[in-house]
Amino acid sequence: MSERITKDMARNIYFGGGIFAILIFVGLAFDSVHQIPKLSHTENITKSVVAGKKIWENNDCVGCHTLLGEGAYYAPELGNVFQRLGSSDETTFKAYMQGWMAAQPLNIPDRRKMPQFHLTPEQVNDLADFLIWTSKVNTQQWPPNIQG
Amino acid sequence: MKYSSQMVAKPYFIFALMLLAGEILFGLTMSIQYIYGDFAFPAIPFNVLRMVHVNLLIVLLLFGFMGSTYYLIPEEAERELWSPLLAKITFWVFLIAGVATILGYLLVPYAELAKLTMNDLWPTMGREFLEQPTITKIGIVFVVLSYLLNVTMTVLKGRKTTISIILLTGLFGLAFFFLFAFYVPDNLVMDKFFWWFVVHLWVEATWELILGALLAFVLVKLTGVDREHIDKWLYLIIAMTLIAGLAGTGHHFFFMGAPGYWLWIGSIASAAEPIPFFLMILFAYNMIKNRRIQDDNKMALTWAKGTAVVGFLGAGVWGFLHTLAPINYYTHGTQLTAAHGHLAFFGAYVMIIFTMISYAMPILRGRPHGNSAKAQKVERASFWLMVIGMIGLTLALTVAGVMQIEMQRIPDSAHAMVFMEVQAKITPVYIVRSLFGVMTLLGLLTYFYSFFVKDDKKVA
Ligand code: HEM
Ligand SMILES: [Fe+2]
Repeated sequence: MSERITKDMARNIYFGGGIFAILIFVGLAFDSVHQIPKLSHTENITKSVVAGKKIWENNDCVGCHTLLGEGAYYAPELGNVFQRLGSSDETTFKAYMQGWMAAQPLNIPDRRKMPQFHLTPEQVNDLADFLIWTSKVNTQQWPPNIQG
Repeated sequence: MKYSSQMVAKPYFIFALMLLAGEILFGLTMSIQYIYGDFAFPAIPFNVLRMVHVNLLIVLLLFGFMGSTYYLIPEEAERELWSPLLAKITFWVFLIAGVATILGYLLVPYAELAKLTMNDLWPTMGREFLEQPTITKIGIVFVVLSYLLNVTMTVLKGRKTTISIILLTGLFGLAFFFLFAFYVPDNLVMDKFFWWFVVHLWVEATWELILGALLAFVLVKLTGVDREHIDKWLYLIIAMTLIAGLAGTGHHFFFMGAPGYWLWIGSIASAAEPIPFFLMILFAYNMIKNRRIQDDNKMALTWAKGTAVVGFLGAGVWGFLHTLAPINYYTHGTQLTAAHGHLAFFGAYVMIIFTMISYAMPILRGRPHGNSAKAQKVERASFWLMVIGMIGLTLALTVAGVMQIEMQRIPDSAHAMVFMEVQAKITPVYIVRSLFGVMTLLGLLTYFYSFFVKDDKKVA
């Protein structure tokens, strides 16, 4: 194969193919940026959701958990924790979250540990709002079941 | 060594290797915490171990790329480096910024570090691989800019080769896509979307250009095949990289809130991503078959072949394994992802750094014909220890991933097992993973030892 292709031909494939690929990718990226607000319900991002995202980041929760399948694989998926442990009910979920965050680290020998982050009840409330918002993103039916 | 300024590469190589040792040590600690949750806890929680582990990887690769460039560019441009002094200054600035950041991770809780570095002014922390405080990120931008300036000036003033132009293209791409690390929208989905512009467009686009150029350079030097031939291969490889790899970003947009058409586009485009990696194997073996010279540095050639093969296994085979949307639906974010990440990063990027070091270090240390046969023998042992260690670790993680998918993902909600219970069941496999990790570490220590093996002739 390679004997019939000259260096000039290869260079043209690189430039032509490369520019073509860039154009397609940039076009699709623009379209995605237009569609994502709808698919993720941007209109439901409250102050509390924004604050919750900051708390999620400032404590590097993603260093142990996945969120919509991305992150570390040490601890459970949290994109659908609202459904899994809050039965899709805000009051239930928030009560659960207050209890859970306060109880860390669990005193079970040799079990993987989650640190104590010393969050205030308001902070936990914001975090819960962020996770509730996340759980409603259109993820093309992922995850396959409630266990994430 | 043809140009004295190539010497600035040496500290970059040495420091990259030291960081690799740190990376592996932290990885081993994590692997023990996977089994015994109380190990090193609460002194160093898992997320801190992990940010040190992955940040050391990124920084060591950047040091490795920089060292490689400083060695390669003067030889390609046929002139001294534009400013060896600037290269030395950037080395120390980067080293101090890197060490300070790692110490920050280890010494204060992450939320405290965010406060200390005033993350609220321009929040960029707390995202995978991009955990660095904003101030460190800005520092990285300055380091990379001064490095690009130095390299670009050298190329502009000297001979321009296909290899050096493609290397520069890759480096500018690296710098450009890093800028997306500073964009952190409040909408998590938008945040994730652009996060992949850094991560995917680094490892599956711009870095592949760098990888191709470095591999081509070593092959030119070791085989003496004429450049027409080498350049042609290089162009074909990077053409396929861009054609498959750009739209291939879509394999990360399946299930995180992006439009549904990515299920198709991401699957189809990324299914072609193994092609450039496969071409690298053909490239390496073809050039070696047609070689005009026999270089005494046999190990450099072994590393070059190893990079092509293990890079193809990790990125090509293990990547393809889960890149089609219907399969990724079940594998997304499991131990299988971890398996692939390990062998891809090691095979493609860590091994190309080893290739460059094994080629260049003997020359920088005044041994133009490579290390002594005895030292190369030790190095060969280290090569196999590390390669087998990493492949074993990857196979263990693959078994772990399959078990996880079987118990947690495939059954319906009524029957699927809880994450933590599944992990407990996988424990024996995690022990095997740790053992292969130890083997990799022993391989690296053996590699270090090969630097100190005495020259045969001097002994005799
Ligand atoms: C040397 C090149 C590559 C490197 C260094 C690399 C590295 C990685 C890493 C670290 C991740 C995990 C990201 C995260 O934390 O979420 C990942 C994910 C992924 N990679 Fe690669 N990769 C490479 C090439 C490829 C190729 C060529 C393919 C496809 C053929 C591929 C397919 C995937 C897929 C589908 C995922 C997502 C897995 C998931 O859904 O959890 N990768 N890669
Ligand atoms: Fe990717």
